[in-house]
Amino acid sequence: MSTDIALMAHLMRRAGFGANREEIERRAAVGYDATVEELLNPETTSPSDRLEFLRYHPHFWKPITSSGMGGAGWLHDMVSTDRVLQEKMVLFWHQVFATGYSKIDHYHEVIHQIDMFRDIGMGDYKELLNKLAKNPAMIYWLDNCDNHSYAVNENWGRELLELFSMGVGNYTEDDVRECSRAFTGWTLSPMIPRGSGTGRFDWGFDYQEEDHDDGEKTFLGKTGNFNGEDIIEIICEHPATAGFIARHLYNFFVADEPQVPAWSVTPPRDVAAVELLAKTFTDSKYDIKSVLRVLFHSDFFKEARFEKIKSPVEVVVGTMRLVGGYEFPGPGIGNLAKEPGYMGQDLLGPPSVEGWHTGSEWINSGTLMKRINFTADMVGDTNKPGIRSIIDRIRAQGDLNSSQFVESCLDILGPIEIQEETKEQLVGHATESGDLTWKDTVETSDRIAEMLQLIVATREYQYQ
Amino acid sequence: MTSTKKDPVIVVLQLSGGNDYLNTVIPYDNPLYRDARQAVGIPDNEILKLDKSLGFHPSMGVVQGLFQQGNVAVVHGVGYPDSPRSHFRSMDIWHTCEPDKMGTEGWLGMAARDLDPHKENVVTTVSIGPSMFRAVSLPGVPVAAVDNLESYGLLTGISSELQRSKIIDRFSRMYSPTIGTDFVMDYLGDTGLEAMEGADILKVAPEMYSSSVEYADSTIARRLKNIAQIHLANVGTRIFYCDYGSFDSHANQTGMLSQLWTDVSQAIGDFFDDLREHDAADNVIMVLFSEFGRRVKDNGSGTDHGAAGAAFVIGDPVKGGFYGEYPSLKAEDLQQGDLVPNLDFRGFYSTLLENWLGLDANPIVKGVFEKPLFI
Repeated sequence: MSTDIALMAHLMRRAGFGANREEIERRAAVGYDATVEELLNPETTSPSDRLEFLRYHPHFWKPITSSGMGGAGWLHDMVSTDRVLQEKMVLFWHQVFATGYSKIDHYHEVIHQIDMFRDIGMGDYKELLNKLAKNPAMIYWLDNCDNHSYAVNENWGRELLELFSMGVGNYTEDDVRECSRAFTGWTLSPMIPRGSGTGRFDWGFDYQEEDHDDGEKTFLGKTGNFNGEDIIEIICEHPATAGFIARHLYNFFVADEPQVPAWSVTPPRDVAAVELLAKTFTDSKYDIKSVLRVLFHSDFFKEARFEKIKSPVEVVVGTMRLVGGYEFPGPGIGNLAKEPGYMGQDLLGPPSVEGWHTGSEWINSGTLMKRINFTADMVGDTNKPGIRSIIDRIRAQGDLNSSQFVESCLDILGPIEIQEETKEQLVGHATESGDLTWKDTVETSDRIAEMLQLIVATREYQYQ
Repeated sequence: MTSTKKDPVIVVLQLSGGNDYLNTVIPYDNPLYRDARQAVGIPDNEILKLDKSLGFHPSMGVVQGLFQQGNVAVVHGVGYPDSPRSHFRSMDIWHTCEPDKMGTEGWLGMAARDLDPHKENVVTTVSIGPSMFRAVSLPGVPVAAVDNLESYGLLTGISSELQRSKIIDRFSRMYSPTIGTDFVMDYLGDTGLEAMEGADILKVAPEMYSSSVEYADSTIARRLKNIAQIHLANVGTRIFYCDYGSFDSHANQTGMLSQLWTDVSQAIGDFFDDLREHDAADNVIMVLFSEFGRRVKDNGSGTDHGAAGAAFVIGDPVKGGFYGEYPSLKAEDLQQGDLVPNLDFRGFYSTLLENWLGLDANPIVKGVFEKPLFI
């Protein structure tokens, strides 16, 4: 039973944003396979209520371009939704198709883009690429509105191949050029100058036939009068795409890979795992849900405990869900939406189309301090419903010696795996105050909260 | 007279939002100024005149005083070609010296790496404010990101001093190197200890600090005070970074700019008074810049995004005066209604990097640019 708990906690950390012990136990009773199916079928559970959020925070509708404003609605989605895997996939695609408000200066267009990831991000990848190619935020971000039959702009054409589908080393410069030619005429409407005096107009997609280069093109060895959709078809059929997307999914859900720029020269840490996911991608005709199903049922996933460094979003959302009390869109959500930015991941504002550097590169002296302080402040608050719940659980175990006390905390918070040396320090700290008894409820509750703070400050807690 | 040469220190005060060049450094004798600023033009009798053609905004009295002492360099027309006039893109460009593609390496991060390649001092760079400024970011380069110096440190939410010190002690043991752990755990260990070390070094600053200067009650004054405290604690910090704003005065500019420049000027005055009182001003310069200036013609209540702006360098080592040329206000010389930059910001940075910090600017700003010689 306890291994079921550990496995379920692992699943919920990876496929969602973590879960408190009550939820883990409930789900373990239902079973792993049934839980995976529920996660893969978000329509069977409740979404977050965006309209309710906007009723209480109307200024986050078409927000001004100031850091944190655009991410508040999404943060609320991540914290309150039951469709956690669907929401994780929004984050996944946002990291792969990294589009930032810094250039677009039009938060709600970026929000529309990630809302599109929510709608179809677990479905057909080919459809996703097609929608992405017509997404106004993306068109502006990668200058495809400047891509003309008489003056080709290769920004989108290149990044589509390099970062969004095949990866470096699988195409030539000629392919980039031909790809870009095929997307000429795929532009925005209306093309109103974006000076600040004219305000912000909602964008749409416009296909300008007269600006499209409809000549013959040779792309990845195939020749024809290709338009954008044809290019996407050819890309999806190419085995490099399956491998690249599979590796991204492995990196996001299973274990930290090296940074993407190294992928063309560094093989995956688990070649067989990535090959299996790639094969599923191809066999299912690019169905992301099918790949995820294979991933979550695989041994390589189940055994990859604590092989990832949490991203700032996972730190913030995971902590908010753990301590509870944030399901209702109360005041303060705006400030909370800035926290991932302080930790190095400004929601909707990746530093470039390459996205963020993940894994251990989330960590530097500034961000580490922020992660620890944020999490410790949250879990140290005995008024939070989730923390009260943890305290109640420990109390139900009666008096505990320091070793049992520490193990209990580690179990409820995870269960979290830590090395012996770390555990020694935690037990050493507990021993200084003697056994955990309940003569003074407030004092003991504070002791528990303090131990939780020490645990979330450990190196091991930075992993999931 | 000091016989030991102190290391040069740079303080960057970023004016976020796009500070209005025309109403900050006012070309008052140019009739085109008056024509363009029907609504927000500064009345002639309020302008703090510096010479027969230029004056400061009325709220910049302190800066005027420093200018008259020869300690303020005003650099005209700074910018870069084809500005997108977007806050974040422009700021990214100033932070990374990459106008044509998205850069991720901060210019001062690179400077810090050159100043302290072996990471001998984890507080070589200190930024004040909750934001992580890209200008000081570079993988592998420590930055102490201080929200508030008095409460800076690990786990400062733990209110009991005794408990906190016990916990910090446990922290340092838990982060110590252990045999048989992998690269990432080792990296976490080093980084955690670095953060702790930085916090330990910096926390003595407010404790050691004593001054007769009463700083004004504004956010920017608090930030500059924190910088002064750290500088006076002599912990070897070479790069300080903070920001203030928002200067994005699309509407109600008159009141906005008055308040902002009152705050900034007072804070600058307090800061230099503090440093001079402690004989610690001679190796410090302060740089003020904004991501762009604003449109020549006002919009009836404020001004919209422009291009060329003014930068300021303040301090005892500075050769005061005007550098560069005020871009032409004539309609035929404007682009999109904005002043055209005539001094590349990377040249401005080059002066700071080479003439002040003693580093090679070329690899940082990625090129050779004309250097205004304010130092």
